[in-house]
Amino acid sequence: MQGQYQPLERCNDFVVKFANVNGSGSASANRLFTRAVLRMGVPATPRNVFPSNIEGLPTWYEVRISEASHLARHGDVHLLVAMNPQTWDKDVAEIAPGGYLLYDSTRPMPPAKLPRDVVVLGVPFTAICNREYSEARQRQLFKNIMYIGALSALLDLDLGEIERLIGEQFKGREKLIAANLHALNLGRTHTLETIACPIGLRIRRANAVGDRIFMDGNSAAALGAVYGGATVAAWYPITPSTSLAEAFQRYCARYRVESETGRHRYAIVQAEDELASIGMVVGAAWNGARAFTATSGPGISLMQETIGLAYFAEIPAVIFDVQRAGPSTGMPTRTQQGDVLACAYASHGDTRHVLLFPEDPHECFLFGAAAFDLADRLQTPVFVMLDLEIGMNERLTAPLMWDDQSRMDRGKVMTAAALETAADFGRYLDVDADGITWRTYPGTHPQLGSFFTRGTSKNDHARYTEEGAAYVENMQRLLRKFRTARRLVPRPMVDLARRPTRRAAIYYGSTSPAMQEARDVLAEDGIALDLMRIRAYPFQDEVFDFIASHEQVFVVEQNRDAQMRTLLINEGDIDPARLCRILSYDGTPITSRFIVRAIAEEAGGSEVVPLRKATP
Amino acid sequence: MTFVPKPKLSHPELPKNRLGLTRRDYEGAVSTLCAGCGHDSISAAIIRAFFELDLPPHRIAKLSGIGCSSKTPTYFLGRAHGFNSVHGRMPAVATGANLANRDLVYIGVSGDGDSASIGLGQFAHAMRRDVNMVYIVENNGVYGLTKGQFSATADVGAKSKRGVTNTESSIDLAAMALVLGASFVARSFSGDKAQLVPLIKAAVLHRGAAFIDCISPCVAFNNHAGSTKSYDYVREHNEAVDSLDVIIGREEITADYAPGTVETVVLHDGSTLRLRKLAPDYNVHDRVAALAHIQDRERAGEIATGLLYVGPESKDLHENLNTVAAPLASLSDAELCPGEAALETLNAALR
Repeated sequence: MQGQYQPLERCNDFVVKFANVNGSGSASANRLFTRAVLRMGVPATPRNVFPSNIEGLPTWYEVRISEASHLARHGDVHLLVAMNPQTWDKDVAEIAPGGYLLYDSTRPMPPAKLPRDVVVLGVPFTAICNREYSEARQRQLFKNIMYIGALSALLDLDLGEIERLIGEQFKGREKLIAANLHALNLGRTHTLETIACPIGLRIRRANAVGDRIFMDGNSAAALGAVYGGATVAAWYPITPSTSLAEAFQRYCARYRVESETGRHRYAIVQAEDELASIGMVVGAAWNGARAFTATSGPGISLMQETIGLAYFAEIPAVIFDVQRAGPSTGMPTRTQQGDVLACAYASHGDTRHVLLFPEDPHECFLFGAAAFDLADRLQTPVFVMLDLEIGMNERLTAPLMWDDQSRMDRGKVMTAAALETAADFGRYLDVDADGITWRTYPGTHPQLGSFFTRGTSKNDHARYTEEGAAYVENMQRLLRKFRTARRLVPRPMVDLARRPTRRAAIYYGSTSPAMQEARDVLAEDGIALDLMRIRAYPFQDEVFDFIASHEQVFVVEQNRDAQMRTLLINEGDIDPARLCRILSYDGTPITSRFIVRAIAEEAGGSEVVPLRKATP
Repeated sequence: MTFVPKPKLSHPELPKNRLGLTRRDYEGAVSTLCAGCGHDSISAAIIRAFFELDLPPHRIAKLSGIGCSSKTPTYFLGRAHGFNSVHGRMPAVATGANLANRDLVYIGVSGDGDSASIGLGQFAHAMRRDVNMVYIVENNGVYGLTKGQFSATADVGAKSKRGVTNTESSIDLAAMALVLGASFVARSFSGDKAQLVPLIKAAVLHRGAAFIDCISPCVAFNNHAGSTKSYDYVREHNEAVDSLDVIIGREEITADYAPGTVETVVLHDGSTLRLRKLAPDYNVHDRVAALAHIQDRERAGEIATGLLYVGPESKDLHENLNTVAAPLASLSDAELCPGEAALETLNAALR
């Protein structure tokens, strides 16, 4: 006998969470589920929550199904697929009242362990597997497909779509297709025979996916690097950036092999550490190649000295920082926007670096390519700031596009011919008054254009000096260059509320979908917000104008110390009281619910006097 | 201290090489190192080696880390691009530079602090990757710019100028290079130009990582009695295993060699190394024996110098990575960007 509750009735708007053990092969089955939902035209956003471990520890896969295209993490769980007894208590406690619990009932749970306010659905997966298969590995793998079969029955998920996906996945391996389909049907049939299907949660075919693609940000950024013309990649394995370097390898193998010779138009080196990987990037870029590294916070820490050298010696370098929580062990597989300040001011001495903040895989691709033009044009390191949330999770995103007319912008590079006609070549001479000076690649001309590259101890002809005046002049020019950068980096995106408001929120990166959803919810509650999504540092004037034109500005971010807020205050001389911190930093992706609560609390529900008239 | 260019006047009858360049065309700015510094002799040997190899100076890239030795690239090959990187990181920067353009000649200059302490890891990995470069460590066993601390190559029992005795075991970079798989390992002495110039030439011609540990006394902090890196000590304890002649291309061989005392090594470009053996039965192709020999001499208090090991022609990093023949830095948009059509296919596969 269960408690008094009303089973949930939701269609195309609910969360399914899978609790698994890592190394059990569940990932591909869970992915199959998401893709089947997408094939039915219903947006679905999965998130992997995984430990820093190979095998045996708990892992979760949470899919938000939302016909309204809310891609942020929801926060509730409406259906739990409980395949990991280790985490049973905690997982089961997360199910919303009236929600559903699907579990392996081979050994039925004692009633005391079962939640009282959810619908408990038992399917004896292990028993069916043991009856059907003799090999241990098969029993394990097919159990995963079997629960997808059960879900197809429970949620009215189109069996045909799943079957087609299995066919595509194992194309050419007919035996595997047959075996998977068999397992799928075992789970489905047993469920149909024993449980009244469908349950209150349902997937109904819709047309809400459109032409969007399903891709992770690390792959998209790596593809951006291919399109951006990167030829040298040096990296050191580190979660959550490893898959970016590996995707670059994969795309290069596909797109960058000289057909006549089979030789590579790229060089990828797995370096001994991050000190070496950034050194290789700087060496390659100094010598005229487009080069990048992919890393995460601990790698950024190690690279500091060479990043500073690249800033002062003015060498283009692209650094993909896939942000995660803290150093050492513990949170490396959890998301965070914790490196904003560490990257903006990386290295010792007075330094400032260009940062790009992509919001989704589509922008990871765009910014991944654009970063190389920016780095060459500005002759400086450019950071592309991903995080685990967009880097390692697949996300519905706008299809990727490329203008075939576009060409790499290699910036101000003197050719041998140009050197011969130029009056004077000085590596650090600001002839165009934009702070960006002309450079030469090594080996350009027998007599002209060679120079010695070093840190700050140089004059505008790159000759060694420790004169204070030369140093100050150079530092002022670098500031001039950084001002020029403002014109070149992506502009912020502004999205005004339907009615005039003095309240605004500033956000960036992976916070996007949660912020947009929260804005709609808050608007319904009478709190109207103008939104600005920052896409790059240095900040343009319009960022500060936006802040100035609002009375209360919330800066929403995923770190403890409000790093973007600090950067805004420091760069725009803003009164700190004007910027209100909204901070989520527990390692899980920020939810709209969190933002709604935090902003509602800060806003205090006070009346807002509109500055401009409401438009009819 | 500032940049001091050398006067451009030169003797009209200075000998010219095949490019019509004189040795002056291979020089750099005036050295600001101490008078008598071993490093200046190495710079002079580098100038002579490149001049004699008839290499266009602007097709050479010179890289260094930080330290007295790392300052020297300013003092040679003024027409070449140079890069004074950060302490201990020359190997990574040189590796990256080499990846970008395989057509240039790379010379990395480092010191014992730069390569045996802070940069030991990068030194090791450049050796095992077999980056096609000359890697010279100007080894004086002491930190000069910070005024006289021991470096990791200082021998046990060596005395510092302040009278402190080193108790920590020393790192023999030549032995390490052998263990790490370097395909060319030599040791020399800045005071022995006759030995050093041919070694540098051979190192330039060799394809792969060519390592030269060059003992280079520090006149300011490590040239006193009790030092094992002083001019006097090294002269007294220098035991060359061989003496090298480098014959470029098909140049006629004129020297007379006694039968059985000469070993010939033909390099990938057809140039020839002729090694006159000074240590009987020394086999320059035997990595294990080379290691045993230098450690044996070290135990005897002697310093084994010369071309210690040269491997069979190995694959350098570019060959291992199977990169295209053209420099990666020179590839065009059409060669690098797959274009819109590829994205259409890719988008379709991601739905």
